[in-house]
This record gives sequence, structure tokens and C-alpha cells, in this order.
Amino acid sequence: MELVSRLLGGFFNLFEPLFRAGQRWLGFSRLGWLFVAPNLIVFGLFTFLPIVINFVYATTGGVKLYPFDRPFTGMENFGILFECRDYFDIRTCRKDVFWRAMINTAQFSVIQVTLMVGFSLVTALVLNRKIIGRGFWRGVFFYPVLLSPVVVALIWKWLLQTQGVFNAGLVAAGSTPVNWLTEAHWAFSWTVFVSIWAHMGFYTLILLAGLQAIPKEMYEAAEMDAAPPWRTLTRITLPLLMPNLIVVLVLAMIRAVQIFDEVYVLTGGGPGSATTFIVQFIYQTGFAEQIHLYGLAAAASLVLAIGLMALTIVQLRITKASSAGQRAR
Amino acid sequence: MRSALSLFALLALSSAAGAADVRVMCYQDGNECDVTAELAKRFEAQNPGTKVILDVVPYKTIVEQLPVQLAAGQGPDIARVTDLGGLSRYYLDITPNLKDARYWEANFGATLPWLRPTPSDKGIYGFMSQLTMTGPYVNKTLFEQAKVTLPGPKATWDEWIDATKRVARATQTPAAMAWDRSGHRFAGPAISHGAKIFDAKGELMLDDGYRTTVAKFVGWNKDGTMLKEVWAGSGGSTYADSIGEFKNARVVMVLSGSWQINRLQKDIGNAFDWVAVPNPCGPAACTGIPGGAAWVALKTAKSPKEAAMFLDFMAQEANYAEFAGRTNNIPAHAGLAKKGVNYAGATPAARAALTTFGSGVANLAPVAYQFQGYKFNRAIMLPTVTRVTQAIVGEMSVDEAIAKIAADMADAVRQAQK
Repeated sequence: MELVSRLLGGFFNLFEPLFRAGQRWLGFSRLGWLFVAPNLIVFGLFTFLPIVINFVYATTGGVKLYPFDRPFTGMENFGILFECRDYFDIRTCRKDVFWRAMINTAQFSVIQVTLMVGFSLVTALVLNRKIIGRGFWRGVFFYPVLLSPVVVALIWKWLLQTQGVFNAGLVAAGSTPVNWLTEAHWAFSWTVFVSIWAHMGFYTLILLAGLQAIPKEMYEAAEMDAAPPWRTLTRITLPLLMPNLIVVLVLAMIRAVQIFDEVYVLTGGGPGSATTFIVQFIYQTGFAEQIHLYGLAAAASLVLAIGLMALTIVQLRITKASSAGQRAR
Repeated sequence: MRSALSLFALLALSSAAGAADVRVMCYQDGNECDVTAELAKRFEAQNPGTKVILDVVPYKTIVEQLPVQLAAGQGPDIARVTDLGGLSRYYLDITPNLKDARYWEANFGATLPWLRPTPSDKGIYGFMSQLTMTGPYVNKTLFEQAKVTLPGPKATWDEWIDATKRVARATQTPAAMAWDRSGHRFAGPAISHGAKIFDAKGELMLDDGYRTTVAKFVGWNKDGTMLKEVWAGSGGSTYADSIGEFKNARVVMVLSGSWQINRLQKDIGNAFDWVAVPNPCGPAACTGIPGGAAWVALKTAKSPKEAAMFLDFMAQEANYAEFAGRTNNIPAHAGLAKKGVNYAGATPAARAALTTFGSGVANLAPVAYQFQGYKFNRAIMLPTVTRVTQAIVGEMSVDEAIAKIAADMADAVRQAQK
């Protein structure tokens, strides 16, 4: 062991002169840039550059793939997306499917995130108690997180299709089969349920970690004061869990806005456009139609990016406010 | 030591210079890629040093991913494609590497123009691996159980709807009919109902014939005549076939195409009797849509000479005959079509279906050929799927759907021409 650490030490000492020279050249305060440079280069190439290229696509038209082959069209793609005769009736919009996708995404995000946070919290509270087989139940709730979204969707499709397991059960019980995936309201409800089922374990884990970080003395003190369970929950558990809840809320919201893979496999965005979300619209416009409208897809993805950016700003504000509140306490 | 190293380097160099990989992207409805793999082995034996790598992919990959790959300058040497005109700008002219270009002109002359980017072009880019035609299949056993007579060869769509509804009712089949979720399949009945598809300038248009078909089809889906989940089960323009429902006897009749014969033969077996019937009539015609898949060489080819050699090998009459015979497909090879294909492995039902589709070619409307060869035909096909589905599930009326198809179509063509 000692030999290994000596060897490693010797290896790193080889770079000592290089770092000293770098420090002399850059000055101490700017040396940090040298250390973060590799990460910045990777970030620049694979994150920042694609964002710039996305702007180029959004402001150009035609069907050519290479940016230099595409004619500049300015804001035309955004104009197409936002062109409506009557903004209160999306059927009058030129790209009505875009608006349907936006509305579906907003509805999905609100419903799914609310339910997701609620279920995750309840599950975390239950799993934090000394129940029989606690380790097993924790594993059960976390297991779906390990599955690929495509696998999740295929499993549920198998259960929900007209000739699926659920309908077989209904028929066996003397009832009539239900079109779980071809009736708009059912299809939408199942997309919400399946996404909660698939991701709840992850958020439960975050909340469980938060619950376990709350000092036991707080609960002992509450018990000594004969505080009822509801008061303990609202006055101790929830306030101290708030930072974790905010993280869960924001992560779940961002993930909900980006929903695609599970739904694409489960319903294909149907019936009609009942479960078409914004990322699917972008994918279909850019890649799944014969005439690939990369520009329009890029414009829609920028609209999505603006939405996500707004959510992130809200998260930062809430986190700051929450931290300030805790410090004040 | 030195001489051993030199020998090793020489061997490495010579093997690198001699080896050529021909990458082939293939999808199959039945066993097309399996038969191609066997033919490829024979080609490799005749051409030592050339290796054919067959990438078998789902049809969706050919439709959605291959065009993006090609646009990015990446792609295989050869692919089996169905968007013949839409991808033509990526095809590689193999004429210089063919043993006898006249053989190709003599046997594939009628379909070679389908692969050419412009009418004046004279290049050879590949060949049709098979000719196809859209058309219906009927579950004959259900008709017999219901004691309903099969409508005759000139029966209309309405008569077929009536007959299949009676069969479905009598046999408690979930639905009378289903059409593949495809604008290509939809075009046949639309033309039969009088849709002209093209205006006088040769540009896409929607007329009363198209509208009538949309209205009827939406109505049939809403009243349960059609199996709703085939079209309403997906969003966007995603393709979905109805053959799975037919194989499970959940519908009496489906509108699909000749390329499904092998699959039906293999999967249905003796479960029930099935027949291919002539395309039902409308007021204007009794047509399906012609088409087919083509083997094409691509400009992205890393071994263009060997790719041409492999296509030349596949196009030779003996090999082509084996491919058509073993895959139960209608040949596009004129010489072979004249002599007839030996469908040795075909069951009586498959043979009868091949005869029905073969004789149906005479009934194809001229506009059906024009539609198949039109470069931007998917500009009408894909919005049709999306918007008709929206009308089926009640998101919009038939008139709104027609207006949206027209708008989407115009948008797509305008962008493509930029």
C-alpha cells in the first residue's frame, strides 16, 4: 500500500514543475482555470456548441442538414409555430399539434409532479418507520428506477392493450374490456401513472435521505411535549425536509417537461394527439417525417429550453429563499 | 527477426488491400434478409476477399434513421429502401461497375426510372427487389362460419363493409375491417373514390374524392366497423400495420399489401383460411397503389465497386428467381416475369394470393403509378395519417382535417423546395 502511494506521489511530483510554471505564468488567482479547462472544453463541445448550432437551425429553413447549406430565414420558424387566427382556439393555429403538445406537457407536468411529490413523500415517511421487511420494501419501490424506460413502457403496454392482462381480468370477471390506450382520457391518465411508477423510487430515495438526516432529538423533544403526530409532521418533519422537497419538486418538474421515451413507446403520442408532448413534437418534426423540418424542430426546442430555463430560475430563487429562511431561524 | 517483421507487415498490407466490406442495410417483411444472407455467402465464395455485412434493421429504421444518416454523409454501401424517389439524391450510379448494363436495361427498364433523381437521368442506381401492390386480405373461415357469401371481384367498398359487418356480427369478431395506418394504403381507396391527387400542373391537391374517403373512413372508425386501435392507437404519422390483428382473427378483412403474403403463410399456418381479394371499387376505380422495395447503392459506399458487383450478382436471373421464389414476391425482372417464378415453398393460399395481386396490376389506375413515383408523395401521406386520426378521436372535424392536411402538405413541399 505504502509502495503504491509512493509511486503515485512520485508520479504526481513529475507535474510539479509544470504547475509551478503555470502558476507563474497565469498568476495564482487564474490557476483555477487550468484545472477546470478539461471540463470546460467537454462542456463547450458537447453542450455549448450544440446550443449555438440549434440557434443556427432555428433561424434557417429548408431541408438540408448542413448549416451552411441552409437559407437564412430569420424568425420565420418561430412565426410558423406561433401563427394562430384565434389564440383561444388552437385548432386555428398553423402548427396546432405544437400547441396541443405544449398544453399536454403543461397539464402532464402539473398533475404528474403534484402526484409524484405526494406519493414519494408518503412512501418515504412510511419507509422511514420501523416496518417489517423495510429493506425489502425500499428495494421494491426503487426497482423500477433501474429499468430502461422502453422496458417500462413495453411492460405496461402488454398489461394495458386491448387484449392485455388487465382486460383479460375484466373479461374473466364478467365485465367488458376497456380501451385503456385508445381513449384519450384513459391514455393520458396511464401515461401519468406509468411515469410516476417508473420514477417515484428515485425521489423517494432523496426524501428518505432527508428524513434520516433530521436529528432524532427533535422527535424525542416533541414526544416529551406530547405533540400529536400531525403537529410533529407539520412543525418538524416538513420544515426540515423542505430543501429536499424543493430539489425533488424541481427535478421532477424538469423531467416531466422532458417526458418522451416511455410515452412514445406506450401510446406513440396517441390517440390522436392526446399524449403528444413537446419533445415528441420536436422529434417528429425533425426526424420522423419524410421531409425533415430541422429548423422548425430547433425553434420548438428553443421554446422548450426557455421554459426549462424559467423553471430553473424559479428553483434557484426558491432555494435561495429557503436557505435564507433557515439561516434566519 | 527483421525479415519476420517485414513478412508480417507485407501480409497485413496485402490483406488490407484485398479485403473489402460491403455493408448492407436490410429490413424484411418476411424472410427477405435471410434469403439475401444466403445469397451473400455464395457471392463471397465467388469473390474471395469481399465480405458482405448484412445489418438487419426494423422498417422504421429505414424510414426514419437512414435518411438522417444519409443527409449527414454517413450510411451503408447498399440499402433496401421503399422511399424510392425521396432518397434518390443519395443513390450511387453503378453503371461503370456493371458487367452488362444492357442486361439491366432489358430486364429492369420499366422500374429503373423510379430510382432516378430526374426524368432525363440515365444512371443505374439499383433494382427493385420486388414489385408490390396494396390490397385486402379476407378471413375466409369467418365468412364460412357466418354463412355469408364473399363479394365478387367488382364489389364496392360499401358492399365489402356491409358483408364484413355481417360476418363480424355473426362470429362476434371485434371489428369488420382494419386498414394499415399508412397514407400509402389510404391512397388506393381514395383514388377509387375519385381522388385525382394531382392538379393540372402536376402538384398535389385534395378534392371531393379524397374528402369522401376521409369522411367514410372516419365514420367507419367511429361506428366500430374499423378496428379503432390500429389508427387511434398511435399519434403522429407513425406507421402501424393491421396484419397482426388479422392473424389474431380480430378483424374479418384488412387492407395491407402483397409483401405480407409470406408473413401470413408463415404465421397463420392452418389456423384459418385466408384469401387475397381484388381491390374493392369506388365510383372511379378499383385500384390499389403499386410500389415495392429496391436495393440501391449509396454515395456513402466505402466499397463502391464491390457494392456494384454484389448488386449485379443479386440481379442475375437465377439469383433473382431464387429470391422472388423463396420470399413469395412478385418479380420486377421482366425476363423472369415472362417465364414465371417457381414459388416452390408457397402454400395454395399464398399462390392464390400471388395470382390475385399479379392480375390486379391491370386494374391499377394511372394516377396510382404517378402517385408512387412522385418525389414528395409522403407530403400528403403522412399528414393524412396524423389528421385523419385526429378526426377519428374527435379532436377535429373531417373538414378541419382536410384543411389541415392541405396546409401541412403545402408547408412540407414548400420547405423541401427551399
